[in-house]
Formats: sequence, structure tokens, C-alpha cells
Amino acid sequence: MLLKRRLIMKGLALLLASSQSLVVFAQNIFTRPDKAFESKSQEDVLKALFGDTRVTVSDQIEIKVPEIAENGSTVPVSISAEMENVESISIVVSINNKPLAGNFVIPPRAYPFVSTRIKMGKSGNVIAVVKTKDQLFMAEKPVKVTLGGCGG
Amino acid sequence: MQTAIRGKAKERDGVVTAKILMTHPMESGLRKDKDTGKVVPAHFVEEILCTINDETIYAAYLAGAISKNPYLSFKFKGPAKGQIIKAVWRDNQGGQGSADIEVR
Repeated sequence: MLLKRRLIMKGLALLLASSQSLVVFAQNIFTRPDKAFESKSQEDVLKALFGDTRVTVSDQIEIKVPEIAENGSTVPVSISAEMENVESISIVVSINNKPLAGNFVIPPRAYPFVSTRIKMGKSGNVIAVVKTKDQLFMAEKPVKVTLGGCGG
Repeated sequence: MQTAIRGKAKERDGVVTAKILMTHPMESGLRKDKDTGKVVPAHFVEEILCTINDETIYAAYLAGAISKNPYLSFKFKGPAKGQIIKAVWRDNQGGQGSADIEVR
């Protein structure tokens, strides 16, 4: 009896261990990607979000940001994506301490559009990363910040 | 600062545009208080979920890098006039709240 129980537990442990890698990709999209928000580089953000860093630059992504932001603590950003099957849109600001500013899930009924206001510590690029069913796309636009927005 | 969430939603030509405005300090944890010189602890909205008839139509995961008093806008397919969008938020210090937004 004890031996059988041990075998079952061992089997379960193996199953759990092997399913660990599946979890990264099959992650419930309605969970905050905490690790990605803690990442300190654009590459680490992509790795944490998608398990992949291969991104294709696309002209089907429109980013609306001001060319010059007088106040880096409130920079308006709007992103629209025209490709099909968009699953999420992420806003990455590589010059920020933690580049991922927001990750927005686009459920089937929603349009691939996000709009918000972000903080930029200094002048840099606002990067939009769009995930479709099979691929990652990106576009970026520079913003010149005259008064940094992370600490005054 | 009392945290509140409110929003507006308008349907036009089958597209509903929703706008949400919150009052929240959105402290990133990087700012130093000018008077005390101490770092102000991180206090920011981490998640906003919007549903309509139990269907999730928007999920926003935010960092402290979203501006103070977060403004968010999103669009989804109608018809939804007269229906209620339930917006729920949660921050990193256990704060949470919700609001009902009627689609007009």
C-alpha cells in the first residue's frame, strides 16, 4: 500500500515538473504578468511576457505620442493595431527603470486599441509590442521629455 | 487621497468607446518625498478588469509608470446601448474598488 502511494506521488511530481514549461506559454492571459513588470530591460520584458524575443517591426501599428512632452509625468499614449487576431498590446519604455508600463489584453470583442498616460523618466522611445496568435510585432516613436517624470 | 473610479461609454456606429478615470496616487516607489527625503513606497493600481454581462471586454495590467490619476480608454463591439460595464480595480497595497458604467 505504502509503495503504491509512493509511486503515485512520484508520478505526480514528474507530471508537475514536466508541465511547468507548458505553464509559461499556456499562462492564463487574465493574470497580471508580475515578472515582466519587474524586468529591467526590454529584452527581459519580452522574455517574461512571451517566452520569446523575436519581434517584427510593423507599419500596421500606429502610435500616437507627443513629439515633445513638457511634463514627463504625464505623457499621453494611444496605440492602434491593424493586423488580425491581436491578443495583447504592451507599452514598453526602454529608458524607464522597469520598462513595462502596461500590458493590455484584447479579448475577442475588443478592438486592438489602447490609450493611457505614462511616466517617462527622460527622453526616449515609446514602444508598442503587439501579440497576435502566432507572432510578435512592434513599432516605436521617440518622445522628447523636457522635465523628467519619475522623481521630479 | 481617496481612490475612486468612474467612466463613460458611448456607442456609435456599433463601436463602444469607453473612458475610465481614476483618482489614485500611482506612486512608482522611485520618488523621494521632498520634505522627509525618504522614498515614497510604491502604491499603484495593478489591474483593472471590465466585464459586460460577465464577458471580459478589457483587462489592463499596469505598472507604477502609469501616470497619477490613471486615464484609460478602450473600444469594443456593440450593440451594448443601455448595458452596464462593470469596472473593477485592484492596487498593490490591497486596495480595490469598482464602478458601473452605463453604455449610452
